[in-house]
Amino acid sequence: MPKRTDLKKILIIGSGPIVIGQACEFDYSGTQACKALKEEGYSVVLVNSNPATIMTDPEFADRTYIEPITVEVIEKIIERERPDALLPTLGGQTGLNAAIQLAEAGILERFGVEMIGANAQAIRKAENRGLFKQTMLAIGLDLPQSGVAHTITEARAVAARIGFPAVIRPAFTLGGTGGGIAYNWEEFDRIAESGLSLSMASEILVEESVIGWKEFELEVMRDKKDNVVIVCSIENLDPMGIHTGDSITVAPIQTLTDREYQAMRDDAIAVIRAIGVETGGSNIQFAVDPKTGRRVVIEMNPRVSRSSALASKVTGFPIAKIAAKLAVGYTLDELPNDITQKTPACFEPTLDYCVVKIPRWAFEKFPAADPTLTIQMKSVGEAMAIGRTFKEAFQKGIRSLEIGRYGLGADDKDKMLVSDDLHNALRIPNAERMFALRQAVLAGMSNGEIREMTKIDPWFIQEIREIVETEQKLAACKDAFSGPSLTEEEVELLFRAKQEGFSDRQLGFLFGKQELEVRSLRLSHGIKPVFYQVDTCSAEFEAYTPYYYSTYERSPVELAQPANPPTSKPAQQKIMILGGGPNRIGQGIEFDYCCVHAVFALKSAGYKTIMVNSNPETVSTDYDTADLLYFEPLTLEDVLNIVDEEKPSGVILQLGGQTPLNLALALAAQKVPIVGTSPEEIDRAEDRKKFSQLIDKLKLRQPPNGIASGIEQAVEIAKRLTFPVLVRPSYVLGGRAMEIVYDEESLRGYMANAVKASPEHPILVDKFLEDAIEVDVDLISDGTTAVIGGLMEHVEQAGVHSGDAAMVLPPYTLPKSVVDEIREASIRLSKELHVVGLMNIQFAVKGSQVYVLEVNPRASRTVPFISKAIGEPLAKFATKVMVGETLKELGFTQEVILPFTAVKESVFPFGRFLGVDIILGPEMKSTGEVMGLDRNFGLAYAKSQIAANQRLPLGGTVFLSVKNQDKLQSAQIAQEFSDLGFKLVSTKGTADFLRARGIPVTEVMKIHEGRPHVVDFILDGKIDLIVNTPAGKATKEDETKIRSLAVARGIPCVTTVQGAKAIVTGIRSLLTEGLEVCSLQEWHGKMRREAQV
Amino acid sequence: MKAFLALEDGTVFKAEAFGAPGEAYGEVIFNTSMTGYQEILTDPSYKGQIVVMTYPLIGNYGINREDEESAKPQVEGFVIRRLSPLASNWRQQGTLSEWLKEHGKMAVQGVDTRALTCLLRDKGALKGVISTVDLDPKRLIEKARSSPGLVGRDIVREVTCDEVNAWPQSPSGGAKFRVVAVDCGMKANIPKLLTQTGCQVTIVPATATAKEILDIKPDGLFISNGPGDPEGLPYLVSTIQQCLGKLPIFGICLGHQVLGLALGGKTYKLKFGHHGANHPVLDIRTGKVEITSQNHGFSVDPASVPGGAVEMTHVNLNDKTCEGLRHKELPVFSVQYHPEASPGPHDAQYLFQRFARMMATRKPA
Ligand SMILES: Nc1ncnc2c1ncn2[C@@H]1O[C@H](COP(=O)(O)OP(=O)(O)O)[C@@H](O)[C@H]1O
Ligand SMILES: Nc1ncnc2c1ncn2[C@@H]1O[C@H](COP(=O)(O)OP(=O)(O)O)[C@@H](O)[C@H]1O
Ligand SMILES: [Mg+2]
Ligand SMILES: [Mg+2]
Repeated sequence: MPKRTDLKKILIIGSGPIVIGQACEFDYSGTQACKALKEEGYSVVLVNSNPATIMTDPEFADRTYIEPITVEVIEKIIERERPDALLPTLGGQTGLNAAIQLAEAGILERFGVEMIGANAQAIRKAENRGLFKQTMLAIGLDLPQSGVAHTITEARAVAARIGFPAVIRPAFTLGGTGGGIAYNWEEFDRIAESGLSLSMASEILVEESVIGWKEFELEVMRDKKDNVVIVCSIENLDPMGIHTGDSITVAPIQTLTDREYQAMRDDAIAVIRAIGVETGGSNIQFAVDPKTGRRVVIEMNPRVSRSSALASKVTGFPIAKIAAKLAVGYTLDELPNDITQKTPACFEPTLDYCVVKIPRWAFEKFPAADPTLTIQMKSVGEAMAIGRTFKEAFQKGIRSLEIGRYGLGADDKDKMLVSDDLHNALRIPNAERMFALRQAVLAGMSNGEIREMTKIDPWFIQEIREIVETEQKLAACKDAFSGPSLTEEEVELLFRAKQEGFSDRQLGFLFGKQELEVRSLRLSHGIKPVFYQVDTCSAEFEAYTPYYYSTYERSPVELAQPANPPTSKPAQQKIMILGGGPNRIGQGIEFDYCCVHAVFALKSAGYKTIMVNSNPETVSTDYDTADLLYFEPLTLEDVLNIVDEEKPSGVILQLGGQTPLNLALALAAQKVPIVGTSPEEIDRAEDRKKFSQLIDKLKLRQPPNGIASGIEQAVEIAKRLTFPVLVRPSYVLGGRAMEIVYDEESLRGYMANAVKASPEHPILVDKFLEDAIEVDVDLISDGTTAVIGGLMEHVEQAGVHSGDAAMVLPPYTLPKSVVDEIREASIRLSKELHVVGLMNIQFAVKGSQVYVLEVNPRASRTVPFISKAIGEPLAKFATKVMVGETLKELGFTQEVILPFTAVKESVFPFGRFLGVDIILGPEMKSTGEVMGLDRNFGLAYAKSQIAANQRLPLGGTVFLSVKNQDKLQSAQIAQEFSDLGFKLVSTKGTADFLRARGIPVTEVMKIHEGRPHVVDFILDGKIDLIVNTPAGKATKEDETKIRSLAVARGIPCVTTVQGAKAIVTGIRSLLTEGLEVCSLQEWHGKMRREAQV
Repeated sequence: MKAFLALEDGTVFKAEAFGAPGEAYGEVIFNTSMTGYQEILTDPSYKGQIVVMTYPLIGNYGINREDEESAKPQVEGFVIRRLSPLASNWRQQGTLSEWLKEHGKMAVQGVDTRALTCLLRDKGALKGVISTVDLDPKRLIEKARSSPGLVGRDIVREVTCDEVNAWPQSPSGGAKFRVVAVDCGMKANIPKLLTQTGCQVTIVPATATAKEILDIKPDGLFISNGPGDPEGLPYLVSTIQQCLGKLPIFGICLGHQVLGLALGGKTYKLKFGHHGANHPVLDIRTGKVEITSQNHGFSVDPASVPGGAVEMTHVNLNDKTCEGLRHKELPVFSVQYHPEASPGPHDAQYLFQRFARMMATRKPA
């Protein structure tokens, strides 16, 4: 069937900011969908509040709305754009829920918008846990016993029937939000209540627990002729009870016979038919009792999901692209398999490798969070690795995580656990469990015992056991490997170790050698990887898409002439781009965005591009993006191997975040041709001592600072600088373990507990600039010309990490003189460092003094945000200058001055880590960002807040409680709220202060003063907005309670006066001017017109 | 134990034996199924062949009696990348290597099966030898070259049953049709599914004559899958010719090929055949696609059947080869692929019902 011609314009809803449970994968799917639909000649309208996405680049849609994803906003967009159809299945749970709400509000019907892919009825059947259950029973599938509840009384009745442990699963949520396992009534009430409140439909499923069963997933595609294929099968190494997003998962399924697999396949096909997903992809999850084989269906996601992104990368089958084409009427047999070109997309990929995905958590950022893994997802990213065996893929996966481990053990990083500690580490699922498995083997536990404690299938345990056994063998041969020559057996053992995924680093540790020594040793014995293709068909057909992974294979002992001798292709210059690896807090989609831009820019300039990355969620790892894709860990060893293979003429390090940058010196030492700012200059910016010299040379100002290698020295420095000071270890990055200390006692505490200072690992002590305004500058330079990309003023004061602060482009309070000074300093810094490419500088402005906080000689998190705002592709320009073009040639020689305002706001995972304090500090905690665009600061800021999922009240009651220092400013804020018709509530101190200034305020008791106190007020739903600036230790507990409650209840809570000022301005703008929508293309058009006149 | 795999083109792989020791010859082909190694090993169609699994991790779930397609491994040899020492599954009754040793079958691991597959894809199926007794690569290449190969050979005789036997009836009884199944090396799941479809199945050797078949007075005739070259089976072709018009006939795989020959058509050898569980096949009449299980090295050229008597009903979407035929006037149809799956998807099981309907109406399918 040909594509539909009755549709002209199609609306796609994106998934908004990166949050736990919804990451880059929906940029990947959305980008594919936009491309696919545009390719077919449809006009595409896109809504997404996340500026760091490729999909929101203006060329990917005809109209791009970087606006909040809410029903009201999308209604306005629909009213303006009048799309014929809405494709709801590619924007994650956010997109799906928005679509359902639009349907339920009658908006789609009113404007005649058809839902394609999956209609509202199908979505409801899949997402509504009760309807889903009914539908499954009707087609004869088995489910755990359960009941649906809409109130706590109903929920208790179900729990009474099925007993404990009971699993609670809310409807219409993502990443297990609000779910949990209850072992008693107290837990049950708590989880059930939170689940009910977090579910869009106030609906939860209370279910019999099948914890410990095997968990499986199938990725299914269906077209409108009812052809159904299974694209990928996935087995979770971690059993039921651990969210699939938090599980180590393996593709394909390893431990089911064909009979069992095919029965599951039949079920999956029955499910997609019964739910009625007309076209597109779905993810279906099953649990299997390891003792009897009883199989139950757990859930179906009627949309493209995190697992489908993974499945696409696992198999090479572009699920999202195909889903988009199916939605407009094509059938699977009409679409080609791009990889083989000759065969159709209507088939089931078959793998000749094993893929392991390992989640990456960020518990180190949230020490107060419960690190137990349960049915609520907690990881912030993931790495995927491909190998010919599980062992190889697993070890590659671990080193892809970039957590300082280069495989399973064979380093001295594990604290050896004994008896109970080890048993608990096995029994209670946690982020470190894979390392505990190694220890269990070392401790002599049998497969059976380990299985008993972990419920992990013995097949996986055995594989891990073999890795550990090889490690022990290698360790036993340490002396032999240090000797001058190796025996045949030793070479064989070395080869085996490489086949099992051991890194040169691990081998170096075991042999007492450097990583590079191991590298030369193995190369001298001809042990080097081969690069095999991901081709969807296990080599049955020739593949045309160069998507590779490394592995170690023995070549034949005798080699015949190949049938088709390889033809030598005309030499084309190759440029290699190193990606950012797994998402983590501090390094995420923004860097992938930059890498993808580099690829586009280089391709258009005629280069052959090579992408290296290990993050399956991303656009950069789409086989369609670069000319050659290497799905590999970003370590020195793996990168050098690829460089050996491809011999690129240039390698780009500055776009993938800190990951590739950290390899700069080591790669340069191996004569890898690095393009852009030179590694020596990079080092000059990153090394504290060299950096200070640089600042002095340029006569710029830096906060006074010192380097301490012990406690006493730190105290001495702090006294010299005067408190407060900012302390951090010199060797960790991304604001890790960074703290502001206000007195000697805390400093001693920090030095004693938080970090171990030593001469090799000194502590950096900086004077902390209080109440300073922070400014971020992104700049591009070709070595001769330097141009400011954007100069952004932070809303929150310095001390809130630049990745967490709201930022405003252009600056909204700073005087021109200061801005000009910053501009000039930035340009001078770039010249001094001979920057070629991008550079980011952070300044702090205290009074009228400008300080340089930090220089990052690389692309920063804000590059995509600025590029969106100014309509100029900074990352593309940077790439082109790195390969020799000048900014003049590129026509970018002048800073763009915006005639409107763009606000970047951060999004935090506090909702997942209840009980963790939401106060912002110098350590970054946000997972993602949104952008608000409008004609003035107030509107743009308000939009950014709505987009960040704040329920911004337009009236009601504000609870105000601020520390003494902030009282004066807070009076002004209170007055404004009051003028806007808000009621004010305060505790005594603030209330007295406000009343004294004639501002009407209701006083409420503090928690320890008796009841009803402020928490009662919040619980009663009497508070719509909280302004609470932290006052220090005394009232800390009370405050933490208030703030946590605000998070749990979804009440906006502002913790800085600057933030409060901004929010009241935002609310005023909304009340007086109203909220209007406008596409990026229109903003840019307007800007260009204004620039001309 | 050290072993070698040598191919007629001169390529030799070093390997490690995990089945029985010895030496085995066969045509080396690759199978792309990720599951179902036990079904593959016990499928008599692989007689004469050394099977290479493209999926590298084999043996994970062990073996069990239930999943056998015949009582023993039928392949000549088995080549994989890595064997699991442990069998993990609630139904497992032993490990793969123990079972292969028990049956005296040769198997090797540690081979770069992807490199081998690329080679077979580019050069076509090759004759090969696996040995643990002769470890001289040059001599092994010679042995591979002088081994008999498949073309023109009748291997069916080695796997067909010795005498007529009745397949156990369905416990629920009520069989509606009596079916004679010609066993060319029939997979066990075929009589199972025929029985489930309401047939009482009598299995006869491939050498049974038309008279012997007709004497049973069946409602329909089934021609099974089997190994080797259909052109090596003139006796079976003639048996079928004598039954044409007298009985509704359904053929699978080799059964489809000999039926094609019986109707006057021609078969030819494919470069490296179809062996896997993911082949898309279009049902030309409904426009729907089935994901099918396949295992064949030869194919029928539908245009070669004289007089336009047959119509191609199914086509392989990967290489456009013929996957199904029906006679326009007679109740006769066949498919090249395996509706009985085992291993593979169940998408095509409806064909057994089609056979039953054809027996009921005695009209063309
Ligand atoms: N009945 C149950 N018993 C034990 N674990 C369960 C049960 N139901 C679900 N789970 C676990 O909870 C996880 C999340 O549940 P799921 O419904 O898939 O949530 P989400 O919609 O967030 O993906 C699953 O991956 C599984 O491990
Ligand atoms: N001397 C200082 N005074 C006030 N705030 C500071 C000072 N130094 C750093 N900060 C704050 O800490 C944050 C993180 O510091 P930075 O050096 O940028 O680390 P990172 O490498 O994590 O980006 C900055 O964004 C800024 O808000
Ligand atoms: Mg799920
Ligand atoms: Mg910084």
